[in-house]
Amino acid sequence: MIFLAEFSVIKPDFGLFFWTLLIFLLLLSLLAKFAFRPIVEALTEREKTIADSLAQADNARSEMANLKAQNEALLAQAREERTQILKEAKEMGDGIVADAKVRAQDEARKITQAAMAEIENQKRAAATTLKNQSGALALDIAGKILRRELAGNPEQQRYVNSITKEINLN
Amino acid sequence: MIKQWFVYISIYLGMSFGVLKAQNAHGNAPENHGNQPTHQAQGEHATENHGASAKKFDLNELILNHIGNTNEFHLWGDLSIPLPCILYSKEDGLNTFLSSEWHHGHKAYNRYVSDHGAVRRIKDASFPSGSVALEGHGEHFIEHQQANGEEVGSITHQGKKYELEKPSGLLAGTSFYDFSITKNVFTMLLAALLLFFIFRYVAGRYKTHPNQAPTGIQNLMEVLVMFIVNEVAKPMLGDRYLKFLPYLLTIFFFILTCNVLGLIPVFPGGANVTGNIATTAALALIAFIVVNVNGKADYWKHIFWMPGVPVLMKIFLAPIELIGVFTKPFSLMIRLFANITAGHIIILALVGLIFVFGQAGQSIGGSIGGAAISVPFTLFLSIIELLVAFLQAFIFTILTASYIGAATEEHHH
Repeated sequence: MIFLAEFSVIKPDFGLFFWTLLIFLLLLSLLAKFAFRPIVEALTEREKTIADSLAQADNARSEMANLKAQNEALLAQAREERTQILKEAKEMGDGIVADAKVRAQDEARKITQAAMAEIENQKRAAATTLKNQSGALALDIAGKILRRELAGNPEQQRYVNSITKEINLN
Repeated sequence: MIKQWFVYISIYLGMSFGVLKAQNAHGNAPENHGNQPTHQAQGEHATENHGASAKKFDLNELILNHIGNTNEFHLWGDLSIPLPCILYSKEDGLNTFLSSEWHHGHKAYNRYVSDHGAVRRIKDASFPSGSVALEGHGEHFIEHQQANGEEVGSITHQGKKYELEKPSGLLAGTSFYDFSITKNVFTMLLAALLLFFIFRYVAGRYKTHPNQAPTGIQNLMEVLVMFIVNEVAKPMLGDRYLKFLPYLLTIFFFILTCNVLGLIPVFPGGANVTGNIATTAALALIAFIVVNVNGKADYWKHIFWMPGVPVLMKIFLAPIELIGVFTKPFSLMIRLFANITAGHIIILALVGLIFVFGQAGQSIGGSIGGAAISVPFTLFLSIIELLVAFLQAFIFTILTASYIGAATEEHHH
């Protein structure tokens, strides 16, 4: 046991005890005031700033994504509208052409009809004239012939006239 | 990189051996220090050897001197830095002088003598004050004898024997109080200054570079601070952690710095600060006060009138819980002291192997053999001790935090 009895380390030394208390308490008060409080505050502040920045970045990113989606939607809509407009324009053009064709055909038909009617009329007038003239001519001829043969027979004249009437030149 | 480390380690070990060798040569360890007859005989034998200029190497003595507290900082050979002695007694008042006045124990100064680093006072008031040469044989001037199971020291002056008082202690009733700036106090002051300036600088960095990534020493300190905040303070104390954080951080960094300084074998380090029971007792006392001053009603209720158990059990538990209030800080004190002292003893014993082997073989060959064993072991243990330095600082802090956490918790029944 001589070893332990000489073991000065386990005999608490009053001076060392006193100095430890004094130095530790001084160090504690100094460090608490000048170092640890500001450091912890700064660390908390930085933590908050980083968290805020991250949240802001997240917000910005989601906003960007929103904007992009909106833009894409707009673009898609515009594309669709363009297709629609092109389609409509084509349809309209086709309609106009078809209309014009129909109208031209109508007009042509009308003109043809009018021409046909005119021709008919003319034909009829010509036929009438021809009929009349041929009748007169025939009468004239027949008169001349008959006058030579039947000079002065009125009944003959009437009969010839009736026959002429019956002749239809159509 | 490896080469660099190799150089560091070589320097480290070289310095350790240098210091040890110096201490050995210095021989402030008298051989017949022992009080038992057998020991005495050995001592005489050693004294005879001394004549032949071969001094016996006493490993016990060396280790005890090294882990103890002294009034001077030993550098090498006969060179040491004297430290101020501050002694107070009722009759003489305050006595302040440098420890060099003792001339390594050869002299008494104002009735005070230095006994292996401990200050003792000559009981007889008629002893002349001022610097007085002591009579001794060889290297030792203080005689130690065993009387009624107690150690009694004495010195000789002009043929007359003078008895010495015990060293000033917490428990020993002495006529004087020793407030000297010893090696341990000096190291603690150094640690405190170091911490103060480092943390002042770090705090300044946060002010001048707000919200920026830390660099250099600020980065290192931030890692440690955040470790204590996240692994110790928050889990143990919950939302009450901010109030106790400065205390926990101070205790962690103070113990850590003292532990690490103790591992440095040369001048500013080497003091066994946290391996001294007075130091750990002071730290434990502060922990005790912090825990019990902040103890909430629930804490005291759980000690004196444990809720949720039968009345007989309550009466039975109260003294046990009351003892627990004191054993907790007591365990803090013993744990830190024992761990650090054990580390110092093992490393010193291993380094001392070189000299023990050298002595046994009386040759350099023995020393080389000793060194071959000792160097790898010492290297290994130094690294283990570095781990222990961190671990013990952490354990002291986390246990203190858990005691505070338990004392300040509000239970919801």
